[in-house]
Amino acid sequence: MVFDSTLLLLSFLIPILCGLTLLGIGNLSKPIVRLVSLTGFTVPLLIAVWLYFMFIGAPETDGYRFLTQLDTGLSDFGIHLTLGLNGISLPLFFLAGLVGLAAGIHALHSDAKRKQVYLSLLLIMQGGLMGTFASVDIFFFYFFHELALIPTFVMIGIWGGFGRRTAAIEMTIYLTLGALISLLGLILLYQSSGQTSFDLITIREYIASQPLSETLSKSIFGLLLFGFGILVSLFPFHSWAPRGYAAAPTAAAMLHAGVLKKFGLYGLIQIAYPLLPMGATHWGPLLLWLALGNVVVIGLITMAQRDLKQMVGYSSVMHMGYCFLGLVTFDAIGVGGAVILMFGHGLSVALLFLLSTAVFHRTQTYDMKEMGGLVSRAPILGAMFVAATFASIGLPGFANFWGEFAIFVSLWNYQPWVLVPAAAGIVISAIYGLRAVAWIFFGKPSEALEEHWKENAVVDLSQGERLSASLLFAGLLFVGFFPRIFSDYINMDLSPFKSDNAAMARSVDPAIEPHGFIVAEYQKEEGSQ
Amino acid sequence: MNLSAFRDIASTNNWGLLLPEIYLVALALVLLVFEMLFRREDLALIIRLAIWGQVLLLGLMVLSYFEGFPSKTGVAFAGTLRQGPVEEIMRLFFVVGSILTSYLATIYLKKNDLPRTEFLAITLIITVGMMVLVQSNQFVVFFVALETVTIGFYVLVAYCRKSPFSLEAGLKYLVLGALSSAILLFGIVLLYGAGGNPELPGRVADPMNFDALAGFIAANQSNPLVLAGVIMVLSGVAFKVGAVPFQIWIPDVYHGAPTPVAAFLAVSSKAAGIFVLLTLVTGPFASLDSVLVPLLSTIAVLTILFGNLTALPQRNVKRLMGLSGIAHAGYLLVGIVAAMTVDWAVYAVIFYLVTYLLASYGVFGVMTRLSGDEDADQELDHYEDLGQRQPFLAGVLTIGLGSLAGIPPLGGFIGKLLIFLAAFQAGLYTLLAVSVVGVVLSIYYYFGWIREAVFRVWRCPTGESASGSKDAAPIEVTPMDSVTLGGLSALSVGIGFFPTLAELLMKLPG
Repeated sequence: MVFDSTLLLLSFLIPILCGLTLLGIGNLSKPIVRLVSLTGFTVPLLIAVWLYFMFIGAPETDGYRFLTQLDTGLSDFGIHLTLGLNGISLPLFFLAGLVGLAAGIHALHSDAKRKQVYLSLLLIMQGGLMGTFASVDIFFFYFFHELALIPTFVMIGIWGGFGRRTAAIEMTIYLTLGALISLLGLILLYQSSGQTSFDLITIREYIASQPLSETLSKSIFGLLLFGFGILVSLFPFHSWAPRGYAAAPTAAAMLHAGVLKKFGLYGLIQIAYPLLPMGATHWGPLLLWLALGNVVVIGLITMAQRDLKQMVGYSSVMHMGYCFLGLVTFDAIGVGGAVILMFGHGLSVALLFLLSTAVFHRTQTYDMKEMGGLVSRAPILGAMFVAATFASIGLPGFANFWGEFAIFVSLWNYQPWVLVPAAAGIVISAIYGLRAVAWIFFGKPSEALEEHWKENAVVDLSQGERLSASLLFAGLLFVGFFPRIFSDYINMDLSPFKSDNAAMARSVDPAIEPHGFIVAEYQKEEGSQ
Repeated sequence: MNLSAFRDIASTNNWGLLLPEIYLVALALVLLVFEMLFRREDLALIIRLAIWGQVLLLGLMVLSYFEGFPSKTGVAFAGTLRQGPVEEIMRLFFVVGSILTSYLATIYLKKNDLPRTEFLAITLIITVGMMVLVQSNQFVVFFVALETVTIGFYVLVAYCRKSPFSLEAGLKYLVLGALSSAILLFGIVLLYGAGGNPELPGRVADPMNFDALAGFIAANQSNPLVLAGVIMVLSGVAFKVGAVPFQIWIPDVYHGAPTPVAAFLAVSSKAAGIFVLLTLVTGPFASLDSVLVPLLSTIAVLTILFGNLTALPQRNVKRLMGLSGIAHAGYLLVGIVAAMTVDWAVYAVIFYLVTYLLASYGVFGVMTRLSGDEDADQELDHYEDLGQRQPFLAGVLTIGLGSLAGIPPLGGFIGKLLIFLAAFQAGLYTLLAVSVVGVVLSIYYYFGWIREAVFRVWRCPTGESASGSKDAAPIEVTPMDSVTLGGLSALSVGIGFFPTLAELLMKLPG
């Protein structure tokens, strides 16, 4: 038991220490850099896998497993380094490990200058990500998020592409604003819960015994919603995302869009919704419209993109809208779907960023209209890209499908008309996704490209690219075919979304829930027909 | 003549309490004597003596705490000095500040070939002034200590005689400093006169004494003379802090003053002012909170906004540090307003000051190293490509600026967090909102600076570095620099990960 909790601690300490080693000791030889960084990237995933299998057998305390508490010097304010996992954080913890390793492998094989510093920043980011999803203390939850965010800025600023300096500063200011607003919300929550602890469990117990007043609940929720919303690129606070991702180096974009961005949604699901249901119902209608803005408005903007990386960036903003729609329903199915979609989207968007860079290396342009005919020269890349596009559209067989499906079911119960724009969004994403595939891989290459290819032979995916793409792909497929490996665990911790809301919205039969919500919704579908 | 007062003072004279101050004054005098005795070639010895002498003092002070950190607040010298745990921390703070200033000064003075002994001696005397200032419990001691500090700074600001910027800064500081001293003195006299007025209720025999004055002010809260006196005293102190509307001297003076002096002004002088303000509003003026809370809140809001907004377009880094320092004074003022209702906010302010010291001296250290022939001429452009030319200094600069901006996991973040927590507890929501706006604004200029230093890997079309011939010269970093600046950065990071200091502070009895 102690062993597993220690693993949780090591899951972020090892990457951070590896990162500091690379940062502190200059000019190590190549094999050593490789060894140290691979250790830092692999260990978190191994720990995540191990903890996944230990999860169900581990004793549960207050809804968390592997719970452990350490003092870092702020215990007078009730701040402890409290680590633990529950059913909602488990998939995201796993996601962080998986995408981290994929990004790490990609970075190792990349041709970045000053690679050692690059890898060390990526390792620190990886450590921060693991810490974020392992923290039960909301102070450290925030702290680790920032720890992961700062290297992102630096990486964009130094190793980014076109317009990197502007993008880095814009992203820094925007995200700091979001982070500070959410920090205010978190402090206000701590403040109004008797000022004894930043520990989520303690706060939850306190609020359960003494509910917050309605105004307080509304204002805290508002702060958290907009603070986290900025971090998740909620419409209309999204403008940093496409520009930032377009400029970011691939590994940083993979980790940020894939994992770090989910922090805000995760915070809403773990903190804001369960603790502040009154605030949630108050802000729900507005959030619904903003989320639809993400889906429809950003969807249309995505369609207009010709730049591949911008398109992927916008599409990631758009899919966040579905996660928000899942939250708006305030229902176990919708929220569970949002968590699955976060997992699936994290993998698919990371895969798309990776493949876009691979495409760029072979065509020397991001302008999709300049490309064409790549599939005959790089068939594996083409197949991977098509599959990744399918995954991001949400076709069955990929993890995203289950998420979007559950969200749609839940929306039908919530307000049926919302399904119309939401489904239109799927059509939109199919249009831009498939059109991109057509532009890049089929048809005739432009003359410039022909010239380029005459001089430089096109090679298919290199070993590094293939390895990291396969990792992500495996995750997508695995959860796509066996969603229960996560859905059962997620379902265990969705109780706040089942109890008080069920009465308000619909009659959800609690008897069928133990099978997991995916099964439950099938049965409900059949029943309603 | 009333001799009983003298007898009183003599009986409570406990000179042992002032040993660190006496040591520093003696050190300053010894330096001056050595200057006369030694030849110019032996100057290095004097510098070593000054710095290691102070380090020794620091060591001795820390050593004495093994017998137990002072836990009780008591008065000595017939109630003119007050000593307790908080004052003790501030004394340590000033000694550390003095060591770092002396260290930066040796780099600066060597570069500019200016006399060194006088600079170091004045630094020591100013430090003693600040140490007495934070312990003062009576307006005469208070004023004399404050003037010692101010007059010392008049000299230091204008120290670089050959630079017109330095002279101009010195003159500006002299005129405005004298004005503020006059306002302060006027305020003290008004309080003294009102406090001794036999017709007013609660008249006290010794209206200069803070404790006696507290009772008198509580009894005469709406007396116009008292109010005018209080506001004038606070204005005089606000000048040292650089709070709006007494901030106008800051950019010019920081710009012209030698970089180590700017650092000294930014950290130690500001800390002294903030601490004095804290003692005043929680001590003698505490009963006027209905007036002071709105007044100081307004000042805090204006200070934060002024500092951040004016720093946005700055290209000169010395002015940038000055103006952003105004913003930091604003955040500290938020802590002071919170301290009027929340007891532990005092420690939040002190913790913030400590993180500010660590971060600022790191940044000023890099500035001192990089400054060219004309010290006032330090533009953002000079930092271009620092990450390539001198990665160590770029790292120190990044950590220092990140901490000043309040980015986790650096110390500055914890400092801001504690101030925010205190403000939340005191219910100062408007101030919090303004602080957040300020922090976000500050990201722009702090990261703009980091961008110049780290992100800009500019290559001219011809393939040469764009930074020109002057900057292309290698920047030397001595082992001592690595230890000092690296240590400051390490502390900034360490205090962010393990803010044990905050816990230690909280455990102190108030």
